[in-house]
Amino acid sequence: MKIWSSLVAVLALVLIAWLGTGVAGLYTVFGVGIPYLAFLIFALGFIYRILKWGRSPVPFCIPTTCGQQKSLPWIKQNKIENPSGTAGVVGRMILEILFFRSLFRNLKTEKRGDKLGFGSAKWLWLGGLAFHWSMLIILLRHLRFFLDPVPSLLQGLDGLDSFLQIGLPILYITDIIIVAALLYLLARRLFVAQVRYISLASDYFPLFLLLGIATSGIIMRYFLRVDVVSVKELALGLVTLRPTVPADIGSIFFIHIFLVSSLFAYFPWSKLMHAGGIFLSPTRNMANNSRRVRHINPWNYPVDVHSYAEYEAEFKEKMKKAGVPVETE
Amino acid sequence: MIYGGKKIFAGLFIFVVLLISPFLANIGKADAQPNPSLNTPTIDALAAKQCVGSAQFMRTYHMQLLNEWRDQALRHGEYTYVNSQGQKFTISLENTCLKCHSNEQQFCNTCHTYVGVTPYCWECHQKGATQ
Repeated sequence: MKIWSSLVAVLALVLIAWLGTGVAGLYTVFGVGIPYLAFLIFALGFIYRILKWGRSPVPFCIPTTCGQQKSLPWIKQNKIENPSGTAGVVGRMILEILFFRSLFRNLKTEKRGDKLGFGSAKWLWLGGLAFHWSMLIILLRHLRFFLDPVPSLLQGLDGLDSFLQIGLPILYITDIIIVAALLYLLARRLFVAQVRYISLASDYFPLFLLLGIATSGIIMRYFLRVDVVSVKELALGLVTLRPTVPADIGSIFFIHIFLVSSLFAYFPWSKLMHAGGIFLSPTRNMANNSRRVRHINPWNYPVDVHSYAEYEAEFKEKMKKAGVPVETE
Repeated sequence: MIYGGKKIFAGLFIFVVLLISPFLANIGKADAQPNPSLNTPTIDALAAKQCVGSAQFMRTYHMQLLNEWRDQALRHGEYTYVNSQGQKFTISLENTCLKCHSNEQQFCNTCHTYVGVTPYCWECHQKGATQ
């Protein structure tokens, strides 16, 4: 049910874009209005979510560590897995964000005969890394439609991605990798019983949506081609705030851009916000320095204390009369 | 109350700048749409100015057609192309395509540069080899 509803939702989006442009001819709505709207929802929604997270206090110093803490000088500290200062935290965050280090440590527990075995499980890490890096490269590649002239760095990236020189237009390696990685991530949810049990529509929908985006892009580039010059005119029109919709772009382009707009609009309200949330993970972004630096709980409210000095000042005479020893005098 | 406000706002600032960087990069730039020139002496001398396919087809599919031509000529030894109108053309980049479109700078490159495409024609073909 969760699977089918997600799939149907994505297919409905495709149908809406096709009906809206191919049949109803609402090119300006799908080519200009909806992309702008989706961009605004993405930007404002992203900022809103980050500020909302920023309002959550971190009551305790809770970095998760898996290495030797900073200790005596002759004990070697694991500076990445157990950072004691900002530099270590930055290094750890960079490895986490670029290479998913904590996922690399993923373990699998299996019962073999009557023994329980633990082994490393790197497939999820590999699939996730393959997807995210392809996504980044594809995103950067698309900048060629928004920048005129195209920076040589982007052309270099394009050249690297297409260096196998298969077919024309040249096959991008990331096109293959992203679809393969998404299919793996989907298959994992479908065929691993435990993962399937905990998968929700909010897990399937983004996968189908991303698959839809990749597929429509691939179809548009290699099969039902559209005039790339017109596409760039539209894209440049959007970023120069002088939007135009060239007449001769096929519906497949509008399906692609509508799915991308849907992703942008959906992003801030979904699990995909881990893109921003990773920076705000207290278990990752704090230094393990709780023995040297006192972590002040922001929830702490001022407590009225009555120190012993104040107590003695108040009751000194009575204490003397009763023969209780006093510290002052 | 925002905790760690400085870091959060710095992060959001970077996010917003990255997000609107394509807009910023285009400030003050005029729309320069490519305007490929079809005027070469050979084309001007033609009675009917007609390519092997329609303008729309050539615009979107010329690279796939060229790829097919390469495979047909070099891998299958077929040098005749029959278009949708039934007209026959000799399969040759230099002697068919470039015979008319001899102005690479004003024709091919205008769109290729605009969309950031670098064709690899000249890795095998020699420039100016038209007979």
